Amino acid sequence: MVEINLWSGLRRFAGDQVVISVKGDTVREILDALVTAHPALTPVIKAGVSVSVNGQIVTNMSAAIDPLDEVYLIQRIKGG
Amino acid sequence: MPKDDLKTAYRLVGTRPNRPDGLDKVTGRARYGADISAPGMLHAAVVRSPHAHARIVRIDASKALALDGVKAVITRADFPTGLTGDDWNLQENTLAGDVALYDGHAVAAVAATSKLLAQDAARLVEVEYEVLPHVIDVDAAMQPDAPIIRAGTADHSVPEGMHPNVVKYIEFGHGDMDAGFAAADLVRAQSYKTEATHQGYIEPHACLGQMGEDGKGEMWVCTQGQWYIRRMCSAVLGTEASQLRVTPSEIGGGFGGKTTIFMEPLALALSRKAGGRPVKLVMSRAEVLRATGPTASASMDVKMGMKADGTITAASVNFRMQGGAFIGSSPVGEALSCALACYTVPAVFHQGYEVLANRPKAAAYRAPGSPMAAFAVESLLDEMCVELGLDALVVRLKNAAREGAKASYGPTYNRIGLVESLEAAMAHANLKVPLGPNQGRGSAAGFWFNHGGETSVSLAIGEDGTVTVSVGTPDVGGSRASLGMMTAETLGIAYESVRVNIVETGALGVNEPTHGSRATFASGLAAVEAAKQAIAQMCARAAAEWGIDAEAVEWLDGAAVPAGPNAGKFPPMSIAEIGAKMGSTGGPISGHHEVTAGGVGASFGAHVVDVEVDPETGRTTVLRYLVVQDAGRAIHPAYVEGQYQGGAVQGIGWALNEEYVYGADGRLQNTVFLDYRIPVASDLPMIDTVIVEVPNPGHPYGVRGVGETGITPPLPALANAIAAATGARLRSLPMSPPKVLAAIKAKAHG
Repeated sequence: MVEINLWSGLRRFAGDQVVISVKGDTVREILDALVTAHPALTPVIKAGVSVSVNGQIVTNMSAAIDPLDEVYLIQRIKGG
Repeated sequence: MPKDDLKTAYRLVGTRPNRPDGLDKVTGRARYGADISAPGMLHAAVVRSPHAHARIVRIDASKALALDGVKAVITRADFPTGLTGDDWNLQENTLAGDVALYDGHAVAAVAATSKLLAQDAARLVEVEYEVLPHVIDVDAAMQPDAPIIRAGTADHSVPEGMHPNVVKYIEFGHGDMDAGFAAADLVRAQSYKTEATHQGYIEPHACLGQMGEDGKGEMWVCTQGQWYIRRMCSAVLGTEASQLRVTPSEIGGGFGGKTTIFMEPLALALSRKAGGRPVKLVMSRAEVLRATGPTASASMDVKMGMKADGTITAASVNFRMQGGAFIGSSPVGEALSCALACYTVPAVFHQGYEVLANRPKAAAYRAPGSPMAAFAVESLLDEMCVELGLDALVVRLKNAAREGAKASYGPTYNRIGLVESLEAAMAHANLKVPLGPNQGRGSAAGFWFNHGGETSVSLAIGEDGTVTVSVGTPDVGGSRASLGMMTAETLGIAYESVRVNIVETGALGVNEPTHGSRATFASGLAAVEAAKQAIAQMCARAAAEWGIDAEAVEWLDGAAVPAGPNAGKFPPMSIAEIGAKMGSTGGPISGHHEVTAGGVGASFGAHVVDVEVDPETGRTTVLRYLVVQDAGRAIHPAYVEGQYQGGAVQGIGWALNEEYVYGADGRLQNTVFLDYRIPVASDLPMIDTVIVEVPNPGHPYGVRGVGETGITPPLPALANAIAAATGARLRSLPMSPPKVLAAIKAKAHG
């Protein structure tokens, strides 16, 4: 299982949980598992979030995820 | 001062060769957006709303069209319908539909055979407006009686019961806030405001567009991102992206403001309506200020708990930001994430609201959101240090984020250089200069995430052994030099043997713009990988000629050589020799690399400023200014220093002078640089810089982006210095002479 840390704005769409454990071997699989378990998160995920894995923003949805990885969903960032 | 295990001795990296664009720019040969012309070209002018908020009742272009030489007039009726989301926002901002949403909002455009004729014709376009109530200030826009700008815009995040102008709500944090504040010896809360400021690029927006009725077109444009121009124009016009070829011109500054479209689809739509004749559209400065993206204005509350020894025990922030009349334009999310990123605090809580107002659609501006956040947080930190009798730089160092610490926005930091930057600032000679009467010293820290992004680079070996690199990230701050240096370093050839070209959309895969301080990082990473591909091919060509295995050949100092004594005895085969005969050894040699670049290294810095405040006028003079920032690795230190200095200068302008001044009618009153006061050379001392190098392990040469963090600390550093000089604390920007004078007088009268 992979632990996904939610920023608190997401928590009300996920039963006030701070950390959600899901099954999956890639970024795509864990996000799919997350919205399957908590459908209310779907519009937020669709609107765009940044996925931080071990402190790095990962944009490749096929990137492998290890159960020991630190995974955070954070605000999508744009730069100047 | 490199602090790493990576190679520290390079042949080219870290040197200061001549800039490749220098001669073109000083001789006037460089071609900017307005310099591009084409046979049969028309000129365009835009009709803009004089009202902050108004229903468009009727548009009559008959008088304009009757003028000899006017070839086309377009309104929103010439654009496709049914767009949604960001595409609709872009289209609506390009040309108003039913309602003009801000002073300067485009409502029609004209193409004619001369610029003067187009401007005359634009004045003949009759627009009937029904003026609506407007709101400019972010706090006023949230009040129950505020005019509603666009009902139904709010997304899922906004709690029920909020005003319809509140369109996005964000909250996040960690730790026990009550326990954190209870553990503090001092808890303070304050409110801060910053005004919208413009990126202030010297070159106004300019483009030349051509499009036929078949939807095939070309555009030459001043932009930070030609693929973004292609995608956005195609979405707004309902055409296919692949049918539009976009070529970027030289760019006279962008700072984030040229990462999106404002008027480019108008040139294409006019061209299409005028039978495919090319149309040039160049904004005036007033149009730039009225109708292109400034940054957001902000209203912010901060609360912080601190122990007597300076340990920060808890902090909360509540930010409200308006980014114009379109959702998603304010950087409130970024501001929240940056607010406390410099520190390791056990309990943090962030709340943010995005609010609509009748102002132009905000665009990114250098570290979007971070300068406002820093102004609030770093000002309060300084105030509390003064109250506790602590040195603010020492307190920052005590609480500084370090490798392995949890960032305030969640994840764990990798290798970062805030501690090294603070230590270098504290050791600098500027801090030992004694201060005189009415003088004060202020400091602040700053942060920006940096970004990788979609990147595609191609590299080709020439017949003479020189190298051409094609990249998709426009050069806004020296990336051609740094990319050429990294390529030359990797290939073992002279810097002068590499030419880096910024190419059009048909030449490479999709590239994100030059934004997020990513060009030298991401295009550099890709150029190095492309060079390695070419090296592998050149080694294979040499191996084939020598009749040995390719694995038995290595690349050394610009030549293929046998990998060891067992590989055979052959003289080095130089890149020039390999290039000269590549046609007969297998064909052209090139390298490509396409990636969504990861491995980004976060950026931190620390600034210290000394000011003198005239107690009679309130005018602030910057006596000396120090920027210390972690570059990871400075490929071309002169350009890095330039980025540090430029960021500081823009921050100084934001802090002391720059603001959008609106009248009671909601119209912008300072639409030229005489009235919108950016700093000029005579306002400033030479900005001192220190490049700290804590290499980013995610890049082959250790690069972190350097373009954005530098604008973050000046706002609070100047507020802190003015407070030190006068005893008066200003919590609202800009700290212009009248406001400083009023604060001094208020302080004197208790």
